[in-house]
Amino acid sequence: MRSKSFEGFMKGVFLASATMAIIAIILICVFIFSSGVPFIAEYGLFDFLFGNKWKPSNKPPSYGILPMILGSIYVTIGAVVIGVPIGILTAAFMAKFCNKKLYRFLKPAVNLMSGIPSIVYGFFALTMIVPIIRERVGGTGMSILTASILLGIMILPTIIGLSEASIRAVPESYYEGSIALGASHERTVMSVLLPAARSGILSSVILGIGRAIGETMAVILVAGNQARIPTDITKGVRTMTTNIVIEMAYAGEEHRSALIATAVVLFVFILIINGLFLIVKRRSAN
Amino acid sequence: MSRIIRFLVRFSALLTFGVLFFIVGYILFRGVAHLNPSIFEFEYTSDNVSMFPSILTTLMLVALTLLVATPIGVFAGFYLMEYAKKGNKLVEIVRIAEETLSGIPSIVFGLFGMLFFVIRLGFSYSLLAGTFTAAIMVLPLIMRSTEEALLSVDDSLREASFALGAGKLRTIFRVVLPVAMPGILSGVILAIGRVVGETAALMFTLGTATQLPDGLLSSGRTLALHMYMLSTEGLHVNESYATGVVLLVIILLINGLSTFLSNKLTKGR
Amino acid sequence: MDKIVIRNLDLFYGNFQALKNVNMNIRENEITAFIGPSGCGKSTLLKTLNRMNDLVEGCRITGDVLLDNVDIYGGNFDVNMLRKRVGMVFQKPNPFPMSIYDNIAYGPRTHGIKKKSRLDEIVEGSLKAAAIWEEVKDDLKKNALRISGGQQQRICIARALAVEPEVLLMDEPTSALDPISTAKIEDLVQDLKKDYTIVMVTHNMQQATRVSDKTAFFLTGEVIEFGNTDDIFSVPKDKRTEDYITGRFG
Repeated sequence: MRSKSFEGFMKGVFLASATMAIIAIILICVFIFSSGVPFIAEYGLFDFLFGNKWKPSNKPPSYGILPMILGSIYVTIGAVVIGVPIGILTAAFMAKFCNKKLYRFLKPAVNLMSGIPSIVYGFFALTMIVPIIRERVGGTGMSILTASILLGIMILPTIIGLSEASIRAVPESYYEGSIALGASHERTVMSVLLPAARSGILSSVILGIGRAIGETMAVILVAGNQARIPTDITKGVRTMTTNIVIEMAYAGEEHRSALIATAVVLFVFILIINGLFLIVKRRSAN
Repeated sequence: MSRIIRFLVRFSALLTFGVLFFIVGYILFRGVAHLNPSIFEFEYTSDNVSMFPSILTTLMLVALTLLVATPIGVFAGFYLMEYAKKGNKLVEIVRIAEETLSGIPSIVFGLFGMLFFVIRLGFSYSLLAGTFTAAIMVLPLIMRSTEEALLSVDDSLREASFALGAGKLRTIFRVVLPVAMPGILSGVILAIGRVVGETAALMFTLGTATQLPDGLLSSGRTLALHMYMLSTEGLHVNESYATGVVLLVIILLINGLSTFLSNKLTKGR
Repeated sequence: MDKIVIRNLDLFYGNFQALKNVNMNIRENEITAFIGPSGCGKSTLLKTLNRMNDLVEGCRITGDVLLDNVDIYGGNFDVNMLRKRVGMVFQKPNPFPMSIYDNIAYGPRTHGIKKKSRLDEIVEGSLKAAAIWEEVKDDLKKNALRISGGQQQRICIARALAVEPEVLLMDEPTSALDPISTAKIEDLVQDLKKDYTIVMVTHNMQQATRVSDKTAFFLTGEVIEFGNTDDIFSVPKDKRTEDYITGRFG
């Protein structure tokens, strides 16, 4: 290990490895966009994004993905409504309301939650939540509501993870200052610590949204998968992600391009969400 | 007011962890009953839908993916933490790429893998295509764990090594790496968990063949894929539960191991 | 004989000038102490002598540092060889998380010594030179982190000696230790000067008087006064030196 040239060589190997991440991203962008964009260009961006008929087997086929875009948005909003408040409050509990012994148990539990495969979550929802919704609320049980509940559960660890770390990172002096003014522990946490941690909490929500929008397998099992604009939350819906998986297997040439084009739209959504996340992170670092 | 807040946070935590335990317990409870030997038969037939080939396929895929992704991820971490100067433009770009990669949904990875590895490079549905796709997916994870592990190594150890006349390479491999190892391993193990649980990305790259792959270029299915196929076909609900149990147990073990290792890192030696 | 000659040395961290026009001759087989208030450049100068400052971003020097009359900042100078010849002991003991044996053997192994018997010799010799052989000889496999701070520091000294340096740089080596360990190390250092040239940064003036032959007084990056320790402490030429050693400022 002593020669200078070996040192230089290894440095080159390390550098090459570091650039792999960049190469991977570039490749992904190139292939996804180059396979999907021509279709969008030919079909028409407006018709594609805002067309509300997705009927690939018609003659001529129509490929409007508005129902899927709305589907993704609706289930994501649902997931956020369910998952974010519970997640933030749980994070507050873990950071400021539970004792050390319990915490040592809960922290790995959160990690476990984020490690459970989506298929297991989906299967659970299929066998447990769908029948309940069917009986108590109506419809087939496979609906926006079900998917939202499922996704809400699935993004909990994402929200909790980052939010809890942010709450913990708030300087002790903020806490002490508030307590010294006579505010209770609970009020201090809510009115002082949470707002102080807001950029970390916001980051976690953005990450959670990204996770919800990108989720596929769990959603497929419980969302109903009808490709039309849903009219109420007990109706089934298809998301951009599930649309791709469901039809890819038997898609013909043009149909497949349309599906890849859907992935392009999804990708752009994700890039925007990621960009937001990075901006919030940069802003909070200053 | 305080009481309401206290109630709300306690209730939320209860909800969160209650749901977790319920899911784990439910799957284990319903599935253990169906863990009979036939499901571990070596051959898969449409009758006994054995999960054994899937288990083996999963192991193969995990091993191959780690083989590809770990050196790249760890070496990348070395460069970012031990060689690059602060504020280096390349480092910034790599970090952005790393963050972006970790936010991409698995279906997009799956499509990319299909377009690039399966079609363009001609691997068709295969272990090879699945491996490379999964490797790209877990790369940011391993990179980040390595970076954090290296960060936690006290600089004074590096200084001591340099002051004795050792070069960077020796310092990294003999002094820094042994100390950072638990953290790096913890990341690798989490990567295993990610690969084991993955479905969408593998569906379009590894494929879903029911038999054991007999070579790098042949297809197979992992446990998670197997569970998905069973769930959508709807014929073998019991076996789905059983597969779920096996998956959960694997994930539990993996998470336990990872937690244990990262505790070792933070506790010091 | 002058082991190290420093000529017109300026050092900048970015735009901040940490050392101003330093000129000094360090004699062989003597102990030279650097004293002065915090942040005045003592450790910085020390680190120029084995080019550890190279590791700091944005650090720039002008001027010469000569070791045996050769400029160590010259183009072809092998930095790793320099650090073999000029060893360093740090303020806080920093043994590697390895066995005591491996700690000491690390340096020699780095510089190509592989034979076990030779390594055994070196380990024993260094531990003896650091006056800690008797205490650890029965348990060389023990992890170096499990011994006391004072012992760890002597292990670090032994580790530095194991590469057979000519110069030993010590950056406040006893400031993190208890009085008994401090005394042991001070005795050790006085013994070592027979075979090594020693440069020591210290915050403790009594230590400088006890241990060193020459002393340099630093203030905001400049060497205010440099001379025999006895002279500096009894008849300082500069008023600032006098103020410092009489404790008017610290």
